[in-house]
Amino acid sequence: MYQCGSSRTEWRSSERHICARSLVPILAALWLVASTPAVAAPLPFAMTEAAPGIFVRQGLDQDATAENDDAIANIGFIIGPEAVAVIDPGGSRGDGERLRATIQAMTDRPIRYVVMTHGHPDHIFGGSAFLPDHPVYVGHQRLAGVLVERGKYYRRRLVETLGTDRAGDYVMPTLLVGDHAQIDLGGRVLELQAHAAAHTDNDLTILDRQTGTLWAGDLLFVDRVPAIDGSLTGWLKVLESLKALPATRAVPGHGPPVVSWPEAAADEQRYFTTLATEIRALIAKGGDIETAVTTIGLGERGKWQLFDDYNGRNVTVAFKELEWE
Amino acid sequence: MRRIALLALLAALAATGPARAEEDEAARQARWRDLRHAVFGDRTLEDGAGTITLEAPARALDAALVPITIDLTGPARVKTVYLVIDANPSPLAGTFHFGPAADTHELRTRVRVDAYTLMHAVAETEDGRLFVAETFVKAAGGCSAPSTSDQKLALERLGQMKLKRVGAGAVRKGTDAVQLLISHPNFNGMQMDQLTRNYTPARFIQDIKVTRGDALVFDLESDISLSEDPAITFGVLGKTPTPITVEVHDSTNAVFKQSFDLPGNGT
Repeated sequence: MYQCGSSRTEWRSSERHICARSLVPILAALWLVASTPAVAAPLPFAMTEAAPGIFVRQGLDQDATAENDDAIANIGFIIGPEAVAVIDPGGSRGDGERLRATIQAMTDRPIRYVVMTHGHPDHIFGGSAFLPDHPVYVGHQRLAGVLVERGKYYRRRLVETLGTDRAGDYVMPTLLVGDHAQIDLGGRVLELQAHAAAHTDNDLTILDRQTGTLWAGDLLFVDRVPAIDGSLTGWLKVLESLKALPATRAVPGHGPPVVSWPEAAADEQRYFTTLATEIRALIAKGGDIETAVTTIGLGERGKWQLFDDYNGRNVTVAFKELEWE
Repeated sequence: MRRIALLALLAALAATGPARAEEDEAARQARWRDLRHAVFGDRTLEDGAGTITLEAPARALDAALVPITIDLTGPARVKTVYLVIDANPSPLAGTFHFGPAADTHELRTRVRVDAYTLMHAVAETEDGRLFVAETFVKAAGGCSAPSTSDQKLALERLGQMKLKRVGAGAVRKGTDAVQLLISHPNFNGMQMDQLTRNYTPARFIQDIKVTRGDALVFDLESDISLSEDPAITFGVLGKTPTPITVEVHDSTNAVFKQSFDLPGNGT
């Protein structure tokens, strides 16, 4: 998956892959840096350069397992003239350490920000790997509360899968975004937007106006079925606002490392609209939630990875929202 | 007072449990023996086969909203149904006392489940016998999961109710199968306000009384294990034009009361 050879075959006209950079000098540099030979240095990832200076590591379309090290989300970083911003530090200690090694192999500029697009473990449990850099950890204003409330539970679940040492840990955000904020990487300004409940109730997106790139996080799932942990109607509204942004490409939270924007929103919108239409019709004729989870959205099966693992839960969340309309 | 003492005892039993996800079958049965003794004393619990069944998803899709169905199929009329979620912080989730206007053949509700747990439904018949049904549910975190994405909205909607006729399943001749929805966050004291990071004080529904005309349908003594925005599906006897009245008391002594005229369905 992360071999340069295989990713080169995925080249499209709208995107560029970073495999042009040879891994040899990177590995050599790491070998020189490694102080204790007994501890294996984390190997850097092969990255996709989604737009100039924007690097993405594609996650696997799987749930967390011991084998995949919870490297299942799209994570990466943006390099500015003076500093680097990590966008989602990864799903585990190893995922975060490898991302950090990748950045160090590519640039000397300091990692000044770690931006967390939301509080789900596959995006943030690599956070502790960046503590030596003393970055500003950035999140939605509700992220801190979410982590106080659910963080220990997420950590316990990840330890069950990966073990104590490999699970990693989240870091509490030190900069909270209530609505809109900017971070400056030395002339390259990233615009952060906090959203109302959609994928979760703490979604944050990043717009790089310079390249017209929207880092959508899990507000955009491509290929893998979206997971609703916030609000179905809220998510549809947020998608409309994101479509209006001056962006021509987007980095999804799951799926390909970069897609055309706003075209790539269409599948997700169709899925959500289908759920809403079918659930409203069922509620109108007196159907209950047990019936809903086995009958709603089935026309979408086959169009998404992991559909059977998430559709029932999505229907549950959407049903309890829509029955109060 | 007796009920409060019982709840305290049950909570103490729940709190002394071992790491609950890894509990084995022997530990689960031991927990149930303690609980049934606390609730029913030394009374005999008979096998519920043919009298009561309890259905829940084997693996919950959402631990904070686990739909359960209790079917009561025995010949003797049931006067009380107890629902016990063994590993929850407060295991006795609800006690339904049926009145003369109840069709006592089916109940549905939605509960929170905090850990992989056995769940028990016990039917007490008019002649004083107890019948038990058991099921196992894989779910975790339902009690401390965020109660709602939007606590502000929940409080604006607090106490609103909906009552509607529902589809087949519980429908029998002369019976209206209805679903009651109550908008109430049912805060159990384990949820947190995500902005202030203060625990939200417990505020939960303690009693739901449903009557048709002057006749009682059921009186539910409930607790923190009901889901947010509780939903109860039940059968009600009586002529369609007679209004159904719902009275809800919560733990802050707030009272919500509403009457509904069911739209006719031809019965």
